[in-house]
Amino acid sequence: MTRLSLVSVLSLVIRRDLVLAMRRRADVLTTLIFFVIVVSLFPLGVGPETDMLRKMAPGVVWVAALLASMLSLGRMFSADYLDGTLEQMMLVPQSLSVLVLAKILAHWMVSGLPLVIMAPVLGLQFDMPVQALWVLIVALLLGTPILSMIGAVGAALTLGLRGGGALVSLLVLPLCIPVLIFGAGAVEAVVSGTSVGSHLSLLGALLVMALVFTPWMTALALRISVE
Amino acid sequence: MAINWFKYSSPSTFYGVAGKMMPWFAWSAAILFVVGLYIGFFVAPTDIQQSEAYRIMFIHVPASILSMFIYLVMAGYAALGLIFNTRLSSMMASALAPTGALLAFLSLWTGALWGKPMWGAWWVWDARLTSELILLFLYLGFIALHASIDDPRRADRASALLAIIGSVNVPIIYFSVQWWNTLHQGASVKFTGTSMHVAMQQGMYTMMLAVWLYAIAVSLLRVRCIILERECKAQWVSELTEVRR
Repeated sequence: MTRLSLVSVLSLVIRRDLVLAMRRRADVLTTLIFFVIVVSLFPLGVGPETDMLRKMAPGVVWVAALLASMLSLGRMFSADYLDGTLEQMMLVPQSLSVLVLAKILAHWMVSGLPLVIMAPVLGLQFDMPVQALWVLIVALLLGTPILSMIGAVGAALTLGLRGGGALVSLLVLPLCIPVLIFGAGAVEAVVSGTSVGSHLSLLGALLVMALVFTPWMTALALRISVE
Repeated sequence: MAINWFKYSSPSTFYGVAGKMMPWFAWSAAILFVVGLYIGFFVAPTDIQQSEAYRIMFIHVPASILSMFIYLVMAGYAALGLIFNTRLSSMMASALAPTGALLAFLSLWTGALWGKPMWGAWWVWDARLTSELILLFLYLGFIALHASIDDPRRADRASALLAIIGSVNVPIIYFSVQWWNTLHQGASVKFTGTSMHVAMQQGMYTMMLAVWLYAIAVSLLRVRCIILERECKAQWVSELTEVRR
């Protein structure tokens, strides 16, 4: 048996998870529709004044993205845990962190990327200027992977627990607050005409930090949960 | 003379040691509370800008500092438990969590009471207030995760990992004032001199020490309960006089 390189393991697991997700398209769509509905509820709740909506838009989109990403976290490991795939993954000679990173990336492609693509359309509903929409896309592109990564740790810690869904939100949401602040802050900065660079740089820094630590932490959490 | 620390990391030894230490911490905490409150209410002068309202500082500041510090101590114990697989460290971590959550809540509450006369609002979305609120959420997450896992060893290790990840947040709390630069007044206690009156300082340090000793006393009491709960099947527990009675 040949030993697979890390890159090929990475792409193998990503492809597998994407195929599995495509077999159950409804799950992917549910998250996206949830995102759209939550964002559309805000104008109904606070009233249709354009000025206020324009001011609220970045925060609303970001909070909705945060909630939508919580919704799909439960699926990240639970199916593999129930059918025993996860235990097999822990036994392979390659590092579990790499497998976990692949699963996180696949999760982001399935649940994060659609939100990024959908967000500008929702931004138009809130009458956001075009310039702000571009910043929103960039900020979401930098931020949503972090949500998936931090969420992965929570999902791994709560694997197989009763009341996992509410619990994982309780654990993960406070840790995601910096992402929310800088992500929404970047869009607000471009609207108010100040520099966007600092917010995006901080988001980028958070992304790099999460990329380094969270796959490892998630692997540790999985070992704690499964043993 | 070398002390064998591992001797004290055994729950059966520590149960007795904690029982002997607890009253000392509790009584000194009580005495210092009385002294600190006396200084705070009767000795410390009225502030020029904030008049009498500033006196809430004597409980607000110690509670805030301790709530952050206890999180670090808790994460430290949790990490020890995760690394060395010592049961007692994890028990200490879960014994500290409720005290930390209580102090974080007290800090928010007294902060709101102080904020109303000073800023004219119970709550403002200022960086430090928000971070303290996040800290409370982190404590609650730790307690909730620990409570929802039935197997105590898995609960210890899972919540230890969560505490370590959450401890990243505590430095953010501390530096948030410089990062976001908002309403909350900057730190008056600095390493190079201070802008406070001497009696105010004395009152605050006394109260800080009192809250600190209180936190230790309560955690020791709680860790004794946790030890009894977890070790209830062990031989040494059934031989204790308070259990036999």
